[in-house]
Amino acid sequence: METSLDPGPPLLEVRGISKSFGAVRALQEVDFTLRAGEIHALLGENGAGKSTLIKVITGVFPRDAGVIRLGGEEVAPRSAKAALQAGIATVYQEVNLLPNLSVAQNLFLDRQPMRFGIVREGEMRRRAKALLAEFGLDIDVAAPLGNYSVAVQHVTAIARAIDLSARVLILDEPTASLDRHEVEILFGIMRQLAGRGIGIVFVSHFLDQVYEISDRITVLRNGRLVGERETASLPRLELIRMMLGRELAETTSTRASAGEHQAREVCASFENYGKAGYVAPFNLELRHGEVVGLAGLLGSGRTETARLVFGAERADRGQARVEGAPVRLQTPRDGVRHGFGYCPEERKTDGIVAELTVRENIVLALQAKRGLHRPLSRREQDEIAARYVRMLDIRPPDPERPVGLLSGGNQQKVLLARWLATSPRLLVLDEPTRGIDVGAHAEIIRLIRELCDDGLALLVISSELDEIVTYSDRVVVLRDRAHVEELTGEAIDVTNVLAAIAADGATLAHEGRA
Amino acid sequence: MKGLPPVLITAIVLVAGFAACAAQFPNIASTRVVGNLLTDNAFLGIVATGMTFVIISGGIDLSVGSVIGFTTVFVALASERWGVPPLVAFVAILALSAAFGAAMGAVIHVFDLPPFIVTLAGMFLARGASFLLSTESVPITAPVYSTVSDFALRMPGGGRLTAIAIIMLAIVIGGALLLHLTRFGANVYALGGSRATAGLMGVAVGKMTVKIYMLSSLLAGLAGIVFSFYTSAGYSLSAVGVELDSIAAVVIGGTLLTGGQGSVIGTFLGVLIQGMIQTYINFDGTLSSWWTKIATGVLLFAFIALQQALVTLARRPVAKRAGAAS
Repeated sequence: METSLDPGPPLLEVRGISKSFGAVRALQEVDFTLRAGEIHALLGENGAGKSTLIKVITGVFPRDAGVIRLGGEEVAPRSAKAALQAGIATVYQEVNLLPNLSVAQNLFLDRQPMRFGIVREGEMRRRAKALLAEFGLDIDVAAPLGNYSVAVQHVTAIARAIDLSARVLILDEPTASLDRHEVEILFGIMRQLAGRGIGIVFVSHFLDQVYEISDRITVLRNGRLVGERETASLPRLELIRMMLGRELAETTSTRASAGEHQAREVCASFENYGKAGYVAPFNLELRHGEVVGLAGLLGSGRTETARLVFGAERADRGQARVEGAPVRLQTPRDGVRHGFGYCPEERKTDGIVAELTVRENIVLALQAKRGLHRPLSRREQDEIAARYVRMLDIRPPDPERPVGLLSGGNQQKVLLARWLATSPRLLVLDEPTRGIDVGAHAEIIRLIRELCDDGLALLVISSELDEIVTYSDRVVVLRDRAHVEELTGEAIDVTNVLAAIAADGATLAHEGRA
Repeated sequence: MKGLPPVLITAIVLVAGFAACAAQFPNIASTRVVGNLLTDNAFLGIVATGMTFVIISGGIDLSVGSVIGFTTVFVALASERWGVPPLVAFVAILALSAAFGAAMGAVIHVFDLPPFIVTLAGMFLARGASFLLSTESVPITAPVYSTVSDFALRMPGGGRLTAIAIIMLAIVIGGALLLHLTRFGANVYALGGSRATAGLMGVAVGKMTVKIYMLSSLLAGLAGIVFSFYTSAGYSLSAVGVELDSIAAVVIGGTLLTGGQGSVIGTFLGVLIQGMIQTYINFDGTLSSWWTKIATGVLLFAFIALQQALVTLARRPVAKRAGAAS
């Protein structure tokens, strides 16, 4: 594209944006530049700050510091509506249109062509048809939008935004629920719009698509800007390194040698286990006293694997065994019955009960396991809570404090305590260090090792590669919802994991393997 | 495309029911009975039209029955005791009702409260206020009342289309036009789809909420005036439970209780179905009038079940028909 020759001011210029939520610094001094007519990918793992940046730009969140310039002029939208009026439109993965209204009404809501106070339905439909025709869509615009596929709804949302004279179009994970053919149509539209001089921000975790469509890439990590590159001159391995790795520090670990862990007893095993359209069939052995790390990009199937292992999702093939005996894992209850525990990624929504106290949160799973007929006495509860508060060093050490008032790291410890209280044989931790300050990181990692030394089997998911290589005895690498590589012993280092994640880095992966 | 639309099912139920009634009592199939049915249910038709807007927008208005009761007492006292000309009293009560509805709408929007609670409070307020005015039934003797009551269009077959029935039909038609042909109407559906999304798409959610409840209360006030014509009296206990009858009519008429879909015509048919059941019971003579409630209850269950089924069906998008050719 002719973008690199463009001497004028950038279309959208974001400088030094910071945003905190309480103690959590979601964005720190982030810069972002969008030129007219370019497709600019905004990348980063979960929690990197992509959505926060978008929401700050579109005025959904107020910013703490920084400036936003649109076409050289400073703007300060206070709401999504104000941003839209300024010319910045956002289309989210969850299409923000009204499925109960007709396609035409959705396109022209609140600005329908009128005559004598009556909506000119015919005129509106004619215009809607003409507008969608520009995007290669020929549908019955009088039918409710909800009758159409997500792809059509996306295109309708884009058409509405463009017709509202948007100059900047932000597409947040627009392809997540589209099939290949629909993605092609969407890309065609994106190129066409870019050709008209509209600047497009493309947020996606599908790297193939990013390489296919984008001109430039901006990567965020932990709320900071990692860098901005031309897509054409950025190797995929380098991109993944930008997204995942910190500096690739030498990591010393007390990892068990290959011989040692072969001797350990198998706690649970999964043969040819999988679910169609969810995770490709995989083989996985989890041994007592061993940490298995799951590495991969967002959407590669890490969490999906964890949910299958725990029974939160039903496998449609394969055999699971616990201590050698075949078992059926169809519901989380099955998982709990076999001594599994699961700390999900969304701690706030899926894990802790913020209003309940530390004590109540800790005894929750144990009580559920015992059943309602055998309530834990208050004294037992106090003992259990006190034991884990001491053991995991939960601060402040007050079992009667509502969990919502604790810091992220301590909330995570309460979650851990909840499962440890059930004396599990296998614990699944999904992003145990997400949203936790650096000090608590080290502590959680130390805990993981200690638990493991006590004979627990651990399956840990993390986007922090240097963490995962520190505590894992084995690392399973996932890509595109399939297990593609298993690294053991000396082969576990950040470079090898990165190489396995990047499809084209296969040669690197072979060097260090044991 | 998705089978029969709910309003068509309502129409079929009405026609089939009417045919069944007529088969048993041939006299039912006369303009006389139909005219009476319209007259008896005029106030319900008016208030249910307003309720349709509220429910499609995703809300509910429990205060309408009390507003009707208050209106009858106010109009009766104004013309009988306070010496106010009835027409002036009508204008005053309509303005008062509209203000009352606007206030409820404002409270719902500004404090982000559930409409159920706010209009429940409105229901107690209006009913309490009507008791404050008078606890006994006040007969209305104003000349305009006998004039209006005597007025009727003759229909072929000897039926009488009374003034209040005509008012009701006008409101239904006007309501249907407002809902289906104007920007206001489109916004009502938009609100029912999702308030947050509608706001993002540029609909002034606050103003719309105020206007919708204002419309509902205004029509409740008008229904109260009509009710006072119908009974020639003002009584603070009149129209108790009418809010529920009108909600029933709206739902039987195929409007989704969760909002976003529905029609005024459907509501009108729902009112007629309730009237038809009442008429049948009157003709039968041996049945207790409570059977109206029982039959209405059964119909409600049936329609809610039907809607749930339709909603479940609608969740599955009809095949991917992206007729894209780029």
